[in-house]
Amino acid sequence: MVERRPTLGILAHVVLLLGVLIIAFPVYVAFVASTHTVADVIKAPMPMLPGAHFVDNYLGALEGGGMGTGSKAAVGRMMVVSLISALVIAIGKIAISLLSAFAIVYFRFPFRMLCFWAIFVTLMLPVEVRIGPTYKVVSDLNMLNTYAGLTVPLIASATATFLFRQFFLTVPDELLEAARMDGAGPMRFFKDILLPLSATSIAALFVIQFIYGWNQYLWPLLVTTDESMYPVVIGIKRMIAGGETQTDWNLVMATAILAMIPPALVVMLMQKWFVKGLVDTEK
Amino acid sequence: MGAIAIRNVVKRYGRGPSALQVIHGVSAEIADGEFIVIVGPSGCGKSTLLRMVAGLEEISDGEISVGGRVVNDVEPADRDIAMVFQNYALYPHMSVYQNMAYGLKIAKVPKAEIEARVQKAAKILELSPLLQRTPRQLSGGQRQRVAMGRAIVRQPQAFLFDEPLSNLDAKLRAQTRLEIRKLHQELGVTSLFVTHDQVEAMTLGQRLIVMNAGRIEQIGTPEDVYGRPATTFVAGFIGSPPMNLLAGQADGSRFTVGGVTLQLPSAAPRAGALTLGVRPEHAAIHRDGGWPLRVDMLEMLGAERLLYGHLGDAAFVLRIDGTLVPPKAGETINLHLPREHLHWYDSGTGQRVA
Amino acid sequence: MAAEKRVTLRSRWLPWVLLAPQGFIIVVFFFWPAGQALLQSLQQSDAFGTSVSWVGLENFRNLWNDESYLESFRTTAVFSILVAVLGLSISLMLAVFADRVVRGARWYRTLLIWPYAVAPAVAGVLWLFMFSHSVGIVSYWLQELGIAWNPLLDADHAMLLIVMAAVWKQLSYNFLFFLAGLQSIPKSLIEAAAIDGARPWRRFWTIQFPLLSPTSFFLLVMNVVFAFFDTFAIVDAATKGGPGKATSILVYKVYYDGFKALDLGGSAAQSVVLMVIVVTLTIIQFRFVEKKVSY
Repeated sequence: MVERRPTLGILAHVVLLLGVLIIAFPVYVAFVASTHTVADVIKAPMPMLPGAHFVDNYLGALEGGGMGTGSKAAVGRMMVVSLISALVIAIGKIAISLLSAFAIVYFRFPFRMLCFWAIFVTLMLPVEVRIGPTYKVVSDLNMLNTYAGLTVPLIASATATFLFRQFFLTVPDELLEAARMDGAGPMRFFKDILLPLSATSIAALFVIQFIYGWNQYLWPLLVTTDESMYPVVIGIKRMIAGGETQTDWNLVMATAILAMIPPALVVMLMQKWFVKGLVDTEK
Repeated sequence: MGAIAIRNVVKRYGRGPSALQVIHGVSAEIADGEFIVIVGPSGCGKSTLLRMVAGLEEISDGEISVGGRVVNDVEPADRDIAMVFQNYALYPHMSVYQNMAYGLKIAKVPKAEIEARVQKAAKILELSPLLQRTPRQLSGGQRQRVAMGRAIVRQPQAFLFDEPLSNLDAKLRAQTRLEIRKLHQELGVTSLFVTHDQVEAMTLGQRLIVMNAGRIEQIGTPEDVYGRPATTFVAGFIGSPPMNLLAGQADGSRFTVGGVTLQLPSAAPRAGALTLGVRPEHAAIHRDGGWPLRVDMLEMLGAERLLYGHLGDAAFVLRIDGTLVPPKAGETINLHLPREHLHWYDSGTGQRVA
Repeated sequence: MAAEKRVTLRSRWLPWVLLAPQGFIIVVFFFWPAGQALLQSLQQSDAFGTSVSWVGLENFRNLWNDESYLESFRTTAVFSILVAVLGLSISLMLAVFADRVVRGARWYRTLLIWPYAVAPAVAGVLWLFMFSHSVGIVSYWLQELGIAWNPLLDADHAMLLIVMAAVWKQLSYNFLFFLAGLQSIPKSLIEAAAIDGARPWRRFWTIQFPLLSPTSFFLLVMNVVFAFFDTFAIVDAATKGGPGKATSILVYKVYYDGFKALDLGGSAAQSVVLMVIVVTLTIIQFRFVEKKVSY
């Protein structure tokens, strides 16, 4: 602190608290709604304090059913689909990116720069701009309604490769030389030296990619038609398909809360690496 | 066994007509068990030469052999040498023990043998209590010792040191210098030590290789290099403060320098453009006779004093005993040059003439 | 940081093996479809999809003349400007104050970044629920205050709804970067300014804000990209592009035309336009970020 300005200090806390409250408000509302019966929720104004139906609603959502006109799919199943997709996307992307970044940075081979730029180009185009033809490819390969179809096309972009490349460039040359003097071959160096040093980057990327995978909406919307393969974010949307007064809002809100928990947990638990990684990644 | 031979080694970067040649055909023969220091200013090619011996740089031309075997195309790990890096190059996520054991693990040395060697090296280097620490938890001097330990456990035919003391503070540097000498006395392994510091070179080397701009200027013992420098470069590089080099015209017993003509104590080896070299400690102040030196400035160093002055307009540095009463700035004193300690060089080529 | 490694490894075949997995995936799932999109944008298929004819740039010309497409462009532009401006200013303010507080800084940070984890789809549903004309709690309060809030009928209300949802979702991302940017400004600069007599407000505008410009620019581009693409779920959940087509942003239109209206050529052409926009933005981003401010 540069000088003593108590009023500014108080103002800072006030603003920050307001910020925290505004950020939390929608979620609070959702939580409250998820603990009442649907009748209480629909009748405006909705109560502002939690109700007594917590267990009923959450169990109901997880198992599926309900009386509204929206989808009745079991949220439990959808959470599993989301979890598997997110893990496959995160782990898959990290694995292939580590290998590619290693190749690009530590080797000299013909067309190396071409490969680098080819991978770099994929950074620029998110899946949303190529949905039509990508859908066709997946469909032709009979990958619709499969975990492969949900995940593999999303591993194509190179954010992770780029991050690892940036990181590898900061590893001192002398470590490689010392390893060479010690007799380590390329893959040994990769396994024993490079990977342990990359642990923080890997952790940060895991958080980012897990959330990316969990939150995917447009792509799963296209490639899954079978209810049992819906990720939970699609499931939520489909629950409100019936119209505002016909929806089981309490169940929808319970589902929303459930859908927010795993990514929020991942962010909270790995906060330190996540913040560091996010800021370092994009720069 | 551990002899190293460098024969007409050339290093070029790039190919064809635009290639940059940085080492121009250097040769040296190093006997088994010798401690050789390669010394020279930054950019002279000494590290490049060392790295070519290590196998970390390609040899463009010529050959290098270790233990009688030509190693031009041999991988670093198979040359039976070990290297100590300037920045230690310790694996940050491994303990001291693991750092030292890594190379042996890859070579599939049995665990019991690894344990024995690491413990022995740790004892010699006083690292035994630190074996479980990571590099982050060590001081600079300790890290340097771990780097040396890593080299020792491999029991190689030769050690290569790449400016290992540059990152240490002055006191630690002096201490580690002594430890390296002790180590060499104990183990007797051939060592190639690269540095830009001529004090390290003089104190550690059994023989010195003085390099400049990709060429070897002189190879010799510290006495040779100090007492009979082969070129003006070596004369000016070795010794602190450096040898006085006076470029002028010689004619029999007369020498014209700095606009004045002075009488020499002995005849110059030949007439013409010559550079006269005299070390600061070899000149003395006499009551009369000799050369008129105008005093500019004095520096008090404790045991001795440095006197900076001019002969005509040529600069000259003189070393005098610190206990004597020094002349004052602005005075002119009588500078006496010794007959025995005059070095003559050709002003054009820099080569020694006598 | 060097752009190249000075020391490299030697192998003829290993790099290719290492690159193979990523290479295979990006060829099959990226370059091939992207190429197809380009191709399709130059073609038109008939209503039954049985024959394809080459029409050159006609699809693009049609787009240019299509009022609904231009309308969608306008909508997207308005949407992204609102999202970027609101998102950046609010999060900047929060970051500045978070930088100032000594006690509780870590708590504030934790409590402000967790929305990063919320899926856009969920954000859309939450805000839909709060602002729903019939059941929303905030709707109720607004109506009590005399405001006739109805995003199902009023285009401006619908736009406001998705803007709020999008800004809410992006706040934590922007906040994180602004905070990191502020914390990387050497304290000595601020102290020097204080000694020179500058008050906090002045210090902010003359020292911190200019030094934040690389971060601000970076976030501006990222927010625009976010508004263009990652908000699909928000729109689909909250308004489905409605009322009418009032909130049908470009990416939503691509989806609708391609998968609901089955106009493949037009949808492909729209995809290509989006590609050009993103590539341009990314190139601007990289060029500018290269010239960082140095102290």
